[in-house]
Amino acid sequence: MLKQTPLHAIHRAAGARMVDFGGWDMPVHYGSQIDEHHAVRRGAGMFDVSHMLAVDIEPRERAASESGGRDFLRGALANNVDKLTVPGKALYSCLLRPDGGVLDDLIVYFLREDWFRLVVNAGTADKDLAWLGALIAERAPQLKLTPRRDLAMIAVQGPQARDRVWAVLPAARAASESLKPFNAVQAGEYLIARTGYTGEDGFEIALPAALAADFWQALQAAGVKACGLGARDTLRLEAGMNLYGQDMDEAVNPLESGLSWTVDLTSPRDFVGKAALLAAHPSRQLAGLVLQDQGGILRSHQQVTTAHGGGEVTSGSYSPTLSRSIALARLPARVAPGDIVHVDVRRKPLAARVVKPPFVRNGKSLID
Amino acid sequence: MNVPADLKYTASHEWVRSETDGTITTGITDHAQQSLGDLVFIELPQVGRSLKAGEACAVVESVKAASDVYAPVAGVVLAVNDAVVAAPEKVNADAYGNWLYRLKPANPGDAAKLLDAAGYIAAAGES
Repeated sequence: MLKQTPLHAIHRAAGARMVDFGGWDMPVHYGSQIDEHHAVRRGAGMFDVSHMLAVDIEPRERAASESGGRDFLRGALANNVDKLTVPGKALYSCLLRPDGGVLDDLIVYFLREDWFRLVVNAGTADKDLAWLGALIAERAPQLKLTPRRDLAMIAVQGPQARDRVWAVLPAARAASESLKPFNAVQAGEYLIARTGYTGEDGFEIALPAALAADFWQALQAAGVKACGLGARDTLRLEAGMNLYGQDMDEAVNPLESGLSWTVDLTSPRDFVGKAALLAAHPSRQLAGLVLQDQGGILRSHQQVTTAHGGGEVTSGSYSPTLSRSIALARLPARVAPGDIVHVDVRRKPLAARVVKPPFVRNGKSLID
Repeated sequence: MNVPADLKYTASHEWVRSETDGTITTGITDHAQQSLGDLVFIELPQVGRSLKAGEACAVVESVKAASDVYAPVAGVVLAVNDAVVAAPEKVNADAYGNWLYRLKPANPGDAAKLLDAAGYIAAAGES
């Protein structure tokens, strides 16, 4: 039995095509994936991301003054939570195994010194809870983990996204108008974060599940287009953002997944996986590809031939913004932007140009 | 399901129209285009190529997946529809109005043996 979000009935009633995504029955599109993609690049679209899991990290007892989650997270995450100096600030990080393999990627929110929140992927949520639970038992037993399945999460994305949210939630405007990217603020029952997975401006909003249906319908009435996971995937690919399980997993480390910028190896703190990363000599990298030849669409698992050895496409699709096929691919480290490589598409070698992602940001092509 | 009564079908989601000159015209069904979603790439066989019945001879790719298209009957390719190669989304808009290619069948009676509309609806319901 697939799991259902608080918006499941609305997706079904809207005639969405549904798919199994990490054990959840989720909308892939509501008619046209490409129209939904363009709505986010040009106006405003919204995604039900309630399948992702918010996990709160707090002291078991409020009075236990000194130790909120900060010290624990300093040692648990590859990025450094000491970058979170102001309440509401968010940070992208990998959660690593001792050997440097990527258990998951997540966003950590610093809400208060005694309240941190992680938002993790749907398909890895159970694994993450078990991992974090064991780590807390060993290192910080004064903390507790609370999975927040009582919350719904809706991402509203696009150049008009913030205006549309304020039209629906005028009371939240004052609190969220001055919000900078990668910051969040609580406005009544809504936790509003200026984050996203599309390469556009917008908000990701966590709210009580009981309010989700009304909020979704009000956004729709305000001109926000309902978008499925299909458009979410082409948008994040154009934005050069990794998808866990596809572009990285436990078999690779962040340094060979285009995620070095999210790993803090300079501070003296120790964290799970640090020793392995310091000892690593990455022979592979995650690069962008733009298909030059006609003859098909780049797809994950296609083999890549380069002057420095073989590689593989990890995520490939058609880019609606660029009207051509693009991909992320794991390639030998010596391959450089501008190189021409060949991708095996149905036994034909098609030429592709290596680029540094992202492909698109804020509606504009970055590759020509 | 949009399945015109005057066409023949394959269980692999191709439609077939028998023309008065003995040739056939073929494309993919409305059910197929709906399942695939927005089409972004179409590759058609070379004119003059001889096809066996059931042979993979064309490819349609949507944003999310690639799918082979199979020859409904044996025959020789007479013409291909370049308009759908240039604009694959035409097939999403009207799957029966936008054919993929025309065949001269090897055996004149073969097309008549394909599924009728009711047979296709039953077959598509099971897949």
